[in-house]
Amino acid sequence: MLQNGVDLSVDLCGIRLRNPLILASGILGTSAALMERVGRGGAGAVTSKSCSPLPRAGHPNPTVIKWGPGFLNAVGLANPGVEAQVEILRETRRRLVDVGVAVIGSIFAETVEGFARVAETLSAAEPDLIEVNISCPNVAHELGAPFSSAPESAAAVTRAVKAATDIPIIVKLSPNVTDIAAIARAVEEAGADAIAAINTVSGMVIDIEAARPVLSNLEGGLSGPAIKPIAVRCVYQCYQAVSIPIVGIGGVSSGADAIEMIMAGARAVGVGSAVFWGGVEALGRIAQEMADFMSAHGYRCVSDMVGLAHRPSSWQPSSIEVGVATGRCI
Amino acid sequence: MNYVNNWRPDLPRAARIIQIGVENERTRTFVLDLHLAARPGQFVMVWLPGVEERPLSLIAGDPVSFTVARVGPFTTALHQLRVGDRVWVRGPYGNGFDVRGQHLLCVGGGYGVAPMLFVARQAIAASRRVTAVIGARTAAELLFTDRFAALGCAVITTTDDGSAGARGLVTDGVRRVLEQGLPDEVYACGPRPMLEAILRLCQAEGLPCQLSWENKMRCAMGICGTCEQNGWLVCREGPVQRWVPIPP
Ligand SMILES: Cc1cc2nc3c(=O)[nH]c(=O)nc-3n(C[C@H](O)[C@H](O)[C@H](O)COP(=O)(O)OP(=O)(O)OC[C@H]3O[C@@H](n4cnc5c(N)ncnc54)[C@H](O)[C@@H]3O)c2cc1C
Ligand SMILES: Cc1cc2nc3c(=O)[nH]c(=O)nc-3n(C[C@H](O)[C@H](O)[C@H](O)COP(=O)(O)O)c2cc1C
Ligand code: FES
Repeated sequence: MLQNGVDLSVDLCGIRLRNPLILASGILGTSAALMERVGRGGAGAVTSKSCSPLPRAGHPNPTVIKWGPGFLNAVGLANPGVEAQVEILRETRRRLVDVGVAVIGSIFAETVEGFARVAETLSAAEPDLIEVNISCPNVAHELGAPFSSAPESAAAVTRAVKAATDIPIIVKLSPNVTDIAAIARAVEEAGADAIAAINTVSGMVIDIEAARPVLSNLEGGLSGPAIKPIAVRCVYQCYQAVSIPIVGIGGVSSGADAIEMIMAGARAVGVGSAVFWGGVEALGRIAQEMADFMSAHGYRCVSDMVGLAHRPSSWQPSSIEVGVATGRCI
Repeated sequence: MNYVNNWRPDLPRAARIIQIGVENERTRTFVLDLHLAARPGQFVMVWLPGVEERPLSLIAGDPVSFTVARVGPFTTALHQLRVGDRVWVRGPYGNGFDVRGQHLLCVGGGYGVAPMLFVARQAIAASRRVTAVIGARTAAELLFTDRFAALGCAVITTTDDGSAGARGLVTDGVRRVLEQGLPDEVYACGPRPMLEAILRLCQAEGLPCQLSWENKMRCAMGICGTCEQNGWLVCREGPVQRWVPIPP
């Protein structure tokens, strides 16, 4: 997509996205009609709500509250199950094919074998990419520590899903670990086509009048602008550890935020909570802001900026040169 | 300090119940010591710690009041509360009704009558004419007929069993009103089949209408997608949907 003379399109695992902005899983991804609206609102891709082998009711309310510049949620992975999800994804693809918006199916399961089974079933819907959510922090009571907590379990899920589908997979990592780079490396070695970072940051809000945590799950995951510096740091560390593409997610609500994520090393950028402020057009607006920044600074395409913040400290940016320095746009 | 305090309105706020009205066997009205700038048709998320958090429509924002029918665990727990007990509230949420035209027809079924009272109060305060059609199964379940009358509304009632007003459904009452002359706009809240019937009636007459829909909710802020209905977010883009006739 050419905007202000700049090319916003990116290649993610062989899938061409018209711009790098991806609707993050769990935000408005519950129906084809809603994902269509976000796609028509300007997204490069949309991700459906994570689905499991069987339907799940999720946790009782309160499940989502707003806390300052962010949200704390413990929805508990409520979803209609993979069988129903196949229909939702087919319908989403049908509605978005003429718009040129890629469709990403998100999956999770309680066991390694479960992940493989969901991936296989979901593949029937032929999503462009499959996101493997091994990092939800809100179901630990039921399911134990997420698979993203250790390199071995993260790699085991990645291998099982790779063996179960031919569709490229994005493995979604958690910030709630000591060394995210080690997990990223393990996932890359196990065959992941890309990684996404980050899922929500584990947190808690206590109501002092009630003298108890507000969420019924007690803990929840923090998202939104409150977590952006954490997400940028995680993407930066992953970029140094792996060579597969990274989808940077966490707190992005403006073109400047998206550019920051890309300079940290992301090839594409997930946006979730920002739809609270920007509605279904939020991603389109962020894309436009990116294009404005790029044309003002002489960047021709997104790959001109991927990982730029990793330049040695002796290097001085001089705007126009930066754009041409990297040569080929991919 | 202020920076942190300014965030508080986004979180549930503790409020005390200062009055409880027993409307009928299944329905109570709660008044809280909390004041919110709210429009008719908006709702709040009410949290009972240890129980649940659920959406309830406001009958007034100043002070916050809502009318609740006992249908399951959450509403039963709410009904067990006494004056002086506390509940937690976040909101108000949703778009609300828009008072339009000189003559409003307000239609309520079940506890859906409650938000209609908020519309009627605002419309009468703005010197509009209001006709209220209130339906219930039996006379004992009719809500707020006296309160609508006290505001100065023309009140028509229907009951399924004919124990008060005309025998029949609330939509029969609406049909009768429409035969006597059309209002400028129709407002309705109640069970889904009632709303669908009213929408059909308004479409047939070419009358604009504002209908308040319900769906299961989590965030109430338009991010989680739980309340989605044909791509429409009931919590944020609704709960009120305005239908207008397409000009010929
Ligand atoms: C915008 C809106 C305004 C409402 N206003 C009122 C009101 O003024 N007075 C009133 O009595 N009721 C109102 N309700 C309905 C009220 O929220 C339900 O009656 C209540 O959730 C029932 O809970 P329960 O545990 O007692 O019953 P349950 O047995 O849990 O459920 C009874 C009904 O509540 C619905 N429900 C279940 N979970 C949810 C959820 N998370 N969110 C919303 N609905 C749910 C179900 O569809 C079911 O039909 C409103 C609902 C919405 C969406
Ligand atoms: C209400 C809500 C539900 C979410 N559900 C999922 C989910 O089902 N699967 C998943 O991988 N991530 C889920 N997430 C995490 C987001 O995809 C994203 O990683 C996180 O919110 C950070 O991005 P943001 O700051 O742009 O919102 C959810 C987030 C929120 C706020
Ligand atoms: S309840 Fe979350 S989007 Fe409406």
